[in-house]
Amino acid sequence: MISTHQNWTPLLGRLGLDAIPHEPIVIGTFVMVCLGGLALVAALTYFKLWGYLWKEWFTSVDHKKIGIMYMVLGLVMFLRGFADAIMIRSQQVLGFNGSDGYLNSHHFDQVFTAHGVIMIFFVAMPFVTGLMNYIVPLQIGARDVSFPFLNNFSFWMTVGGAVLVMASLFIGEFARTGWLAYPPLSGLAYSPDVGVDYYIWSLQVAGVGTTLSGVNLIATIIKLRAPGMTLMRMPVFTWTALITNVLIVISFPVLTVVLALLGLDRTFHTNFFTNDFGGSAMLYVNLIWIWGHPEVYILVLPIFGVFSEVVSTFCSKRLFGYSSMVYATVVIGILSYIVWLHHFFTMGSGASVNSFFGITTMVISIPTGAKMFNWLFTMYRGRIRYELPMMWTVAFMLTFVIGGMTGVMMAVPPADFVLHNSVFLIAHFHNVIIGGVVFGVFAAINYWWPKAFGYKLNEFWGKVSFWCWVVGFWVAFTPLYILGLMGVTRRMRVFDDPSLQIWYGIAFLGALLIAAGIGAMLVQFAVSIWKREEYKDESGDLWNGRTLEWATSSPPPEYNFAFTPKIHDLDAWADIKKKGVARPVDGFRPILMPRSTWAGIVLAGIATVCGFALIWQIWWLAVAALVGLVLTAIVHTFNYDRTFHIPAEHIAEVEAARTAQLAALNKGADA
Amino acid sequence: MSYRACCMCTLRAGVMQPSPITPLRRVARYGAIASLFALTACNPVVLHPAGDIAQQQAHLVVVATVLMLLIIVPVMALTVLFAWRYRAGNQDATYDPEWHHSTQLELVIWSAPLLIIIALGSVTWVGTHMLDPFRPLDRIAEGKPIPAGTKPLDIQVVALDWKWLFIYPEQKIATVNELALPVDRPVTFHITSSTVMNSFYVPALAGQIYAMPGMTSKLHAVLNKEGEYTGFSANYSGSGFSQMRFKTLGLNAADFDKWADGVRSSKGGTLDTANYMQLEQPTVADPVRRYAAVSADLFDKIVNLCVRPGKMCLSEMMAIDAKGGLGKEGAYNVAALTYDKYGRESVNPLIAGRDLPRDGRSRAYVRELCAVPTLLQAPAPAKGKLTMAAPVRPTPLS
Repeated sequence: MISTHQNWTPLLGRLGLDAIPHEPIVIGTFVMVCLGGLALVAALTYFKLWGYLWKEWFTSVDHKKIGIMYMVLGLVMFLRGFADAIMIRSQQVLGFNGSDGYLNSHHFDQVFTAHGVIMIFFVAMPFVTGLMNYIVPLQIGARDVSFPFLNNFSFWMTVGGAVLVMASLFIGEFARTGWLAYPPLSGLAYSPDVGVDYYIWSLQVAGVGTTLSGVNLIATIIKLRAPGMTLMRMPVFTWTALITNVLIVISFPVLTVVLALLGLDRTFHTNFFTNDFGGSAMLYVNLIWIWGHPEVYILVLPIFGVFSEVVSTFCSKRLFGYSSMVYATVVIGILSYIVWLHHFFTMGSGASVNSFFGITTMVISIPTGAKMFNWLFTMYRGRIRYELPMMWTVAFMLTFVIGGMTGVMMAVPPADFVLHNSVFLIAHFHNVIIGGVVFGVFAAINYWWPKAFGYKLNEFWGKVSFWCWVVGFWVAFTPLYILGLMGVTRRMRVFDDPSLQIWYGIAFLGALLIAAGIGAMLVQFAVSIWKREEYKDESGDLWNGRTLEWATSSPPPEYNFAFTPKIHDLDAWADIKKKGVARPVDGFRPILMPRSTWAGIVLAGIATVCGFALIWQIWWLAVAALVGLVLTAIVHTFNYDRTFHIPAEHIAEVEAARTAQLAALNKGADA
Repeated sequence: MSYRACCMCTLRAGVMQPSPITPLRRVARYGAIASLFALTACNPVVLHPAGDIAQQQAHLVVVATVLMLLIIVPVMALTVLFAWRYRAGNQDATYDPEWHHSTQLELVIWSAPLLIIIALGSVTWVGTHMLDPFRPLDRIAEGKPIPAGTKPLDIQVVALDWKWLFIYPEQKIATVNELALPVDRPVTFHITSSTVMNSFYVPALAGQIYAMPGMTSKLHAVLNKEGEYTGFSANYSGSGFSQMRFKTLGLNAADFDKWADGVRSSKGGTLDTANYMQLEQPTVADPVRRYAAVSADLFDKIVNLCVRPGKMCLSEMMAIDAKGGLGKEGAYNVAALTYDKYGRESVNPLIAGRDLPRDGRSRAYVRELCAVPTLLQAPAPAKGKLTMAAPVRPTPLS
């Protein structure tokens, strides 16, 4: 096989002692992480939790547990991604007046690359996928997703990708290319070390998971809806999830292919994107954005769904313009495929091409605007309860429109010529991603947490977090808008114009406020878990919800619904409540459920090892892992024992307890 | 002013003909800039540039903002109003839980953004064509046509790791990290890169355009005010990126000539192949350099990735390919064409692990191929007809 690395050995490939970092900061972090990890392992062992975790969580195919695990993954990686953000902010405050700051370019360039990659692939994606996993089957009256084992496998593949990114911190290094790794910079000549290989293989491993989970959720939504739930009676969140997963299934293969081609260039010296032999770096840029732009909507569409649910629930009112909302979602989904070139107007396309893509980009703002108006008119003549999810929604509406405005500004190609790659752009996309996706995820967590765990989140710390985040966001990113108009470009490590420092200082303060917001949120979680008895919700319908997930107990039983509900109207649960349909209390039958399996975590583990071997060019290990992967998959196909019946008696027991619980609640309410 | 009229006049303002300034245009431009100045006490060079192209681009930024504000401001105001008015505590407000549809309202919420996008779309179509960086200029500034007989100044720009090379073919000089421009004379930049993607951006002059290896992009622009400005790479290109900046001098015609003479009489020497190979090595925060002379075909060779002696240029290979190529014998050219796929052109030896003399490398490569006949599985020729060193088809271009 081929390797350009001078110290390549058959046994360890490019891996050697020099791969372990020697800088004090990194070593310090490394030691801390090792100690933390050891402490965690020790605690789990001491409390004998390994068996519980393995049986109840890691091997579980329950969509609810997988959904929660996705959220935990997103949260953990969010802390890492935010640590990167703080490092960028502080370096950019310090790198003035001839000072080199505290990060050399070798570190700083890895940090901003990792920040982007982690926040998109390992924070926003797990959050969004986790929400869809948890909520969609409940909203459509299903007992699980279509392919429960696949769901577990998808999750662990995403974890595998995250593990590789984290490993790059301590073994070798991460890419120094920016989060989309444009060649030729990401090619062998200019990034000869393992950084870009880590980038490629972490995304490839995670990408398998994402694509398969897309397939899974499409099948679930198409095939497993409760009887009577026509497409136009689906909750809006489910609609957005459907379109999102269609986008995932169409666009992620493009990412897989383009990264595979880059990998071939780097490992086997092909010439897809090289300067040499007719390679075209612009081809890479086109391909990656053909994935990249739909990706933006993959993140934000489900969040639009979240806001739709939250708005109608807390306004105690039907969503205004349901069908227009659905059409807007579909239109956004289609349009998201014909705008990709707006990410590189400045690469020299002709005026007509640029105009076309500029105008299609602006056109997307029409359905998006329609959505905004629909939320607005849902509030009109409502009775708005300002619980935390609704507060996040109003903050989103006021923040997101500004992001939309700056986005349309940059959709005008000549305007983009002066703003492209500036920190104005950075402010813009953080404006839509934080103001949209992140606020939406927080709304969703506050909204559905009681459903998932049976108790409410603490309100005080939730509000502290809310205000820190919202104010912090504007303090952190308004200066970037201004700096962008001063002609400051992104990814700068040191500056020669001292007048810029004050703005970076303000932005840093904003980042600190956001850090406080994150801290407050962690406290919120801790306090809520601590006082879970006090915050308990036994009704299962804490917010007076409108969709089917609120028809179950909180948390829902593993089979979700003892009887599959029949749907007669939009907002099925509101309809059931209005008509006073009685809850069935007898005649239970055994329910067929999927059985937990070791296969998902084991396959993903082997795939991660394979990725690691490919990164370091340890060919024997890569081949062995690949063979192991195929063999394990084959062995798993011989497992015919994949389902079991929950006996009717057990269901009757659970449901009787629930009936008693509800009766007690009603009595309490009457008294 | 009615809503429609407002759209129309912004639309007209967007058609960047040298026409008298409409009142709205003046208000939009200066209002926005003035308020920004007041708010920030900073120098928003993007909105207040010194070149006509950048000026028009800034104008489009303002037009787009104003058009969007037409819809953003009402939405934000309504959000706050509804959020306050329909709070649960306000029992006086109407509550209508079943109200969820209104055809008229739907019509408005789809058509109002549509109208704005039609307006902005038209501005975009016209503006993008007028301000296409590849399009030669037709004016120096608003109301100032190009004097007859003015030839644009050609400047060849090369993004190197991590510095900028400017070649003035007319003046036959070259500089590094210093760009001098005569004021009010159209300039045509021919832009390329030696290694990775960069973006050539002088905010005071005009919007940016990417610099990419193996190809040229163009920028037509003109600077209208004397002064010293900043230029830089606006696309991350590796570890020296932050310091990849250059001074841009706006000089009047006489000063520009003086500056060119100064460079010509400097002790910088000639920028020839050897000096270029030296210059191309990656450096960070390079000082300003001035070359009194420059090889005439240097830029062409840089674009074609064949500055190093013994290299075959992309254009030559493409000409061969256009005529049907060389078939298997084209393998002879692999070494002569390889630029940087195994490592930086200026740093790595051509064949990994073998440091051959630079000019003799391609010949050595051919010799090596010939010494191992299995590499070239051409149909075995009749004995004695061909010598080993010659291609099988000696005249591929016929």
